[in-house]
Amino acid sequence: MCGIIGLHLRDPALRPELGRLLDDMLCGVSERGPDSVGVAVYGDETRNPPGQEAVSVLRAPGDLDRAVAALLFGRRSGAELDPGRGRPAVTATPAGDTTVLTAPVGGEALAAAVHAAAPDALVVGRGDDVVVYKGAGHPSDLARTYGLRDVAGWQGLAHTRMATESAINPEGCHPYSVGPNQCLVHNGSFSNHATIRRELVRQGVTFDSENDTEVGARFVAACLAEGDDLEKALLRLGETFDGFYTLLVTTADGFAVVRDEIACKPAVIAEHPRWVAMASEFRALAELPGIGEARIFEPDPGRVYTWRR
Amino acid sequence: MAALSRAEAGERDPARPVTIDLHDVGVRALNAEVHAPSASSYEVLNPQGAHSIAAGIHDEIDVHVRGHAGYFCAGMNQRGHVVVDGSVGTGVAENMMSGSVRVRGDASQSAGATGRGGLLVVGGSASMRCGISMKGIDIVVGGSVGPMSAFMAQAGRLVVCGDAGDGLGDSVYEARLYVRGSVGALGADCVEKPLRDEHRAELAELLAAAGLDHDPGEFRRYGSARGLYHFTSEHTGSY
Repeated sequence: MCGIIGLHLRDPALRPELGRLLDDMLCGVSERGPDSVGVAVYGDETRNPPGQEAVSVLRAPGDLDRAVAALLFGRRSGAELDPGRGRPAVTATPAGDTTVLTAPVGGEALAAAVHAAAPDALVVGRGDDVVVYKGAGHPSDLARTYGLRDVAGWQGLAHTRMATESAINPEGCHPYSVGPNQCLVHNGSFSNHATIRRELVRQGVTFDSENDTEVGARFVAACLAEGDDLEKALLRLGETFDGFYTLLVTTADGFAVVRDEIACKPAVIAEHPRWVAMASEFRALAELPGIGEARIFEPDPGRVYTWRR
Repeated sequence: MAALSRAEAGERDPARPVTIDLHDVGVRALNAEVHAPSASSYEVLNPQGAHSIAAGIHDEIDVHVRGHAGYFCAGMNQRGHVVVDGSVGTGVAENMMSGSVRVRGDASQSAGATGRGGLLVVGGSASMRCGISMKGIDIVVGGSVGPMSAFMAQAGRLVVCGDAGDGLGDSVYEARLYVRGSVGALGADCVEKPLRDEHRAELAELLAAAGLDHDPGEFRRYGSARGLYHFTSEHTGSY
């Protein structure tokens, strides 16, 4: 099964409410995926401060922030401190299976430092705007672990997983965030993912898991890196991938939904002057402010729906 | 689209209803009550998209759902009369045996799936696979239906006052399909057929039961070319 929710705010006045709205929505899809939950939030300046980038890390050792700071800024006395603010230049915030590191350096440099400091750790998200949380467990427990209700921001998504294609562990949890500020969540299963994975590996793409959805995320990231917009990337995915899917993809400025041509997997979109929301089922949307006035519809098979900030 | 007014639609005028608020009691309590009804009429408040609302009714009772319902609303209905003042999720009135289900808003996928009898009216539009494998149910949709509707439909009537998506009536058996608007590509073995007097008469009856006043002459009829009924040995070479 699996459940998806996503919320893209149009009205800045709702930004402080993002976490509460996402948490209410998550309740509506928890029965669809009780084994793991991933969340991505965009624009929370406490979790991903301006001028910094955040990376989300699985299997992070306890001293990862100090080790990464030493690699990035050296071991000279005081160098680990952000000179302007008097706080550590690298912060680590554990939230269950995920640890979020922030630092005033590029996401790629930060991810490379994590990899060098802790070769067993796995970076599962990075960007200057997004923060990703992944973990195995029940949705209501993990929403508390991630502090979801306290999130502020302009966009977010979550996925509740009922595993079919790979093991139940934090690595197999969605979203797959394999490019800067990019996230992809999936309800369904790709049937030709192994073939596409081999092709991408030949092109030099590396993978973190055995999961079919990761192949979709790597494919979309490769298309975006080639200059495609979200719509084109998802149309190319439709031409290449076989199987069942409802996908929600978010980027630094975009929010996109697509279903396969047979559209067995559910999706409901609600559009309101203050927000755009997508969920696997209506009941996840029922508590949104003004839902009574929203335009509610099911996305057509094979059609890409996109919204931009 | 004409409004589904109670009088025009020949709807029942239920007795003073017993109110069940799903904020206070869950769907299980509601369904336990309607399965062994102590009243003849119920009003359901705060459905909020919950699944299986009023599924499995087998008595002649009225249930009025005030709001949006989730999956399988009024599924397996027998003799009951269910009205939803809102939209419904996947599989409304699936496997209905008799009675009626009237949805004022839109319906998600597989509305009336496998239904054997009774009347399902969707005031808005129905999504994909409306009437899939229907086996005697009558379905009237005020708006349009999505792709792959009436897939393998065996018996009953599907009336669509708007448009039908691609793949209408794929592998249809003997169900009769009426569409007032445009139809995308027809499904395998589904063809347009002449609209004769008896079809206009049954359409008029179905539209009246749904509270709609379209002219039956505006519809076109579709059904099975009956080309898939038998295995054709000459085709074995193509596999």
